[in-house]
Amino acid sequence: MLKDEDRIFQNLYNDNGADLESAKLRNDWSGTKEILEKGRDWIINEVKSSELRGRGGAGFPTGLKWSFAPKEVVSRPHYLVINADESEPGTCKDRDILRFEPHKLIEGCLIASYAVNAHKCYIYIRGEYFNEGQKLQIAIDEAYKNNLIGKDSLNSGWDLDIYIHYGAGAYICGEETALLESLEGKKGQPRLKPPFPALIGLYGCPTIINNVETVAAVPTILRRGAKWFSSLGRPKNTGTKIYCISGNVNNPCNVEEEMGIPLRELIETHAGGVVGGWDNLKAVIPGGSSMPMLPKEICDNMKMDFDSCVENKTGLGTAGIVVINNDQDIIKCMARIARFYKHESCGQCTPCREGSGWMWRMLERMAAGEATPDEVDMLFDVTKQIEGHTICAFGEGSSWPVQGLIRHFKDEILDRNKFDPVVKKQKNIPYLVDQHLLEKENA
Amino acid sequence: MSIKKIHKDQPETFEFNEKSMQAANKIVSNYPDGKQQSAVMALLYIAQRQNDNWIPLKAMKYIAKFLGMPYIKVYEVATFYSMYNLSPVGKYFFQVCTTTPCMLRGAYDLVKVCKKKISKKENELSQDGKISWMEVECLGACVNAPMMQVNEDYYEDLNDKKLEEIIDTIYQNKIPKPGSYTGRINAEPVNNRKTLLGNKNA
Repeated sequence: MLKDEDRIFQNLYNDNGADLESAKLRNDWSGTKEILEKGRDWIINEVKSSELRGRGGAGFPTGLKWSFAPKEVVSRPHYLVINADESEPGTCKDRDILRFEPHKLIEGCLIASYAVNAHKCYIYIRGEYFNEGQKLQIAIDEAYKNNLIGKDSLNSGWDLDIYIHYGAGAYICGEETALLESLEGKKGQPRLKPPFPALIGLYGCPTIINNVETVAAVPTILRRGAKWFSSLGRPKNTGTKIYCISGNVNNPCNVEEEMGIPLRELIETHAGGVVGGWDNLKAVIPGGSSMPMLPKEICDNMKMDFDSCVENKTGLGTAGIVVINNDQDIIKCMARIARFYKHESCGQCTPCREGSGWMWRMLERMAAGEATPDEVDMLFDVTKQIEGHTICAFGEGSSWPVQGLIRHFKDEILDRNKFDPVVKKQKNIPYLVDQHLLEKENA
Repeated sequence: MSIKKIHKDQPETFEFNEKSMQAANKIVSNYPDGKQQSAVMALLYIAQRQNDNWIPLKAMKYIAKFLGMPYIKVYEVATFYSMYNLSPVGKYFFQVCTTTPCMLRGAYDLVKVCKKKISKKENELSQDGKISWMEVECLGACVNAPMMQVNEDYYEDLNDKKLEEIIDTIYQNKIPKPGSYTGRINAEPVNNRKTLLGNKNA
């Protein structure tokens, strides 16, 4: 287990209050000016050598992303955008940072905006987190008042303004280009990449977009050194991560742990174990609903970091762990996730808009045992036709979990769906095309 | 993307009152010159708050003029995002999360209670016209499942009995305490905390 002193988010459970005074006791804002004085290149190199990877799902190296911003501001201003549109089912880590550790985020914004040459920072919070946004606004006001941000922040000569922008209940706005569209006051429909936002982003200006947890971790990394951060976990999967453990566990919770902690240890130590014991485990979704689920055999020895997850054909995603035990109907669970994606598809690309609905309807029928055995392969084919044929990663996000279900629980689906469309009883209705319907009771 | 119906009875006019106007002007100043279209989402919220929690078409036209943008663009935004109500909802608007993490912990029990105590169908007003409810997708408090949102507040760690109590309290014109209904104020593991024990409340 990670030592308490190595945890970045000391106030994850709001033991000590989120105000500036308490935050300073936790070392926030200490030595920030000195960090800025070391210069842009030092900051970016230090973040690079800490091997911090983005915590929003894709796991892109943060230092590398920052280095994509143009070195000098030429004709267009740069922007920093913080993605707090946390909507992935199973994930609720950013919420706790916004309400309990807002000063870590604001300090991270100052350092990040200095590193990428931005004077304006927008924090895009999902509309449902209204109260969390208000708490963050209080912290921002405090920071302005104490000259931590604003004109000549910390007397370092750097101007920074932070604004909050509320979303309005669209999952897709967590995708970075959709978020930019939404920030510009349009429908949240993703843009084609390239051009990447680092060159052409918000209002056509260079824009760096980071997740809340990534940016909030940066000040501590710079204070304690990249060596400390990279000593945790293993190479390319360094540091700590907030895991959200929900579903059929005895004590669902958020907990910050080292990267690469075994999944079983995480669930048994922190979340009080699976309801009904480890043997009652059916499946785990390791990284929010977009990531394929894993059956118990894999969960037994699985480690929670980016690369181990990929080895097991899934992904760490946002580390929202959803535990499903044997009391649940796994097909029904997946059908509900498919309904989520059907509801949240933005409607821009046809494969995703139509396919997400097909997947949902087929899964609902499979859950009810009304499908034919052939349809399982047909469903797999549908997922393959969505994946890779859409503008953004929503296509992958909606089809991967269905593929995960078929990969690991195909037998269970086939067991339940033995419906055979061949007509067995002869009935004298010559023009009816769907003859198999005759065998249904109310036909 | 959600399917939403425009309300049949639309008001004749809509204008920001003084308070809304102040808030709107402040929001517009957050964005660079010439990019005031960015404020449209916030302005729709302001209109919604002023107009008993729903947005009439006149308000969209008003906002379009206010920001100097085409009406259709405002309409697009208002219909795209699910948190803008285009027809009246109850004064207390219940949104019950039923996505998988909540479903695993019994969100459909909450739906049953809503059907029993509020109205048989979603988006219908209760008998006294105060409450309406709907199923929504993940609200981002999965660790505190099952949960729901009433207007802006989260009610977490619920079960059917606790929800019945909440509804009864609201029928008596009182606002129940938001937050977790098992006593936690955060997302710690109840009675099983193993981390950050040096902190005072651990």
